[in-house]
Amino acid sequence: MIRLTEVAKEYPRSGVALAQISFEVKKGEFVYLTGPSGSGKTTILKLLYMDDKPSEGEVWVNGVSSKNASGREISKLRRRLGIVFQDFRLLEDRTAEANVRFALEVTGAPPATIRAKVARALTQVGLASKATSYPRELSGGEQQRVAIARALINDPFVLIADEPTGNLDERATRGVFQLLRDINASGTAIIMATHDLDLVRRSSYRTIELNHGRVVFDSAESPPSARPPDEPFESDTPTDFMEKI
Amino acid sequence: MRSVREALTASRRAPLLSALGIVTIAFSLFAFGLFGLVAINIRRALDQVEERVEVRAFVGDSTDIESVAAAMKDIGEFPEVARVDYVSKEQALVRARKEMGEFADVFEAGVLPASIEVYLRPGMRSPATVKSVADRMRTYRFIDDVRYGEEWVEKLYRLRTIATVAGIALGVAFAAVAVIIIGATIRMTVLARAKEISIMRLVGATDMFIRLPFLIDGLVKGVFGGLLALLFVWIANRVVNEYFIQTIWFDREMVFVGVVAGALMGVMGSLVSVGRHLRRI
Repeated sequence: MIRLTEVAKEYPRSGVALAQISFEVKKGEFVYLTGPSGSGKTTILKLLYMDDKPSEGEVWVNGVSSKNASGREISKLRRRLGIVFQDFRLLEDRTAEANVRFALEVTGAPPATIRAKVARALTQVGLASKATSYPRELSGGEQQRVAIARALINDPFVLIADEPTGNLDERATRGVFQLLRDINASGTAIIMATHDLDLVRRSSYRTIELNHGRVVFDSAESPPSARPPDEPFESDTPTDFMEKI
Repeated sequence: MRSVREALTASRRAPLLSALGIVTIAFSLFAFGLFGLVAINIRRALDQVEERVEVRAFVGDSTDIESVAAAMKDIGEFPEVARVDYVSKEQALVRARKEMGEFADVFEAGVLPASIEVYLRPGMRSPATVKSVADRMRTYRFIDDVRYGEEWVEKLYRLRTIATVAGIALGVAFAAVAVIIIGATIRMTVLARAKEISIMRLVGATDMFIRLPFLIDGLVKGVFGGLLALLFVWIANRVVNEYFIQTIWFDREMVFVGVVAGALMGVMGSLVSVGRHLRRI
């Protein structure tokens, strides 16, 4: 479903971001991408939704190759992906319902089906009662749930989440994480970048750990004992965060 | 249909920005329109002066009227010639007395020769053409002399060339400024919706899907800006006519072309602004 082969990414100014990255993600899998700030988590996610192309190697996502994907193919691929960010990326001047609907409208979905699908997605994330609220009227956790509903609206085969709990308090984090587990249980693969080590340790999902742009541990290939000693990762500095967005 | 709705919704969400866009486009097109008005009036004035370009051939005293009539028929068939007139000695005297006013009595009957006056077609009044017609007229043996104000024709032609070149250069410059201003105005709209565009891309909208509402927005702003500019130019023209000099107004085709040009500039500005933005994100 997703395969990275000997992927490297180099930026003209900041240098090597990724080197020799190879791994596969199977259908319905839940994968954590962990590592300190600047280790390359966000870069890998960008390569997955083809916002960027690798300098070397190849990324395959659902039969689309980074080597020869056209703009139209990338657009079509993204309709089958769900993408969630730390900063939610909601449109402030639209209600929760309109934010979710937006993702369907831009794909040219038949108007007759939109209302039911939006209602279903909002119900799935537990926000049916806040459909008419604007993002400013919602808590951080609720805003992230709206973003997840938007990501789910096109029935994606994989949900790509970049630090989805990074801006949330502990309780909201637990809620969002449980929601992601439920989504995964219904068959959608999840690839989640996080440096919340507690969250990673508490669950038994596959973990790919990055450092300086390289995979230093992959629980699918190595015994847990091969994992590098736990050191709390530094949170993103405001500058890192701004670079991401 | 969705793109039209989207463009209208975007305008409703930011009415001030939309109004500002239309007014900015209107002012840049107003400058272009004023220039256009000045240009067509200068051209008209030059045309009027040029209409007076004529070649006059003086006929010898003993020439019989049949020979003159045959020559006039020949000359009238020259492709450059619009009209040929015969001015008899008597008519020449009357005209001279009329033109000289208080010195009218210095002319005596028979002192002025008869002549053939040739008027040329528009676009056939360059010094070379006028000279060519004059030279052919000299070949008739009963023609004593041919005059056409060689120096004056050359000066007039030079003035027209300068006016044309300056007009094209200024027109292109004004149009370029208008396109740049329109592009910058639409870029403001694009930037105001940058977040929306980035989300559209992430959820799988094609570039054409993203572009279309902006193109419609540019088209509508271009048309409204063009109409507003037309109104401004019309008011300016009225003021000039009222207090300064009589001018001519654009004909209907020119007005249509002006508004279409505004719309095209709006579309081009949108294409460039959105295209640049999509390449960057």
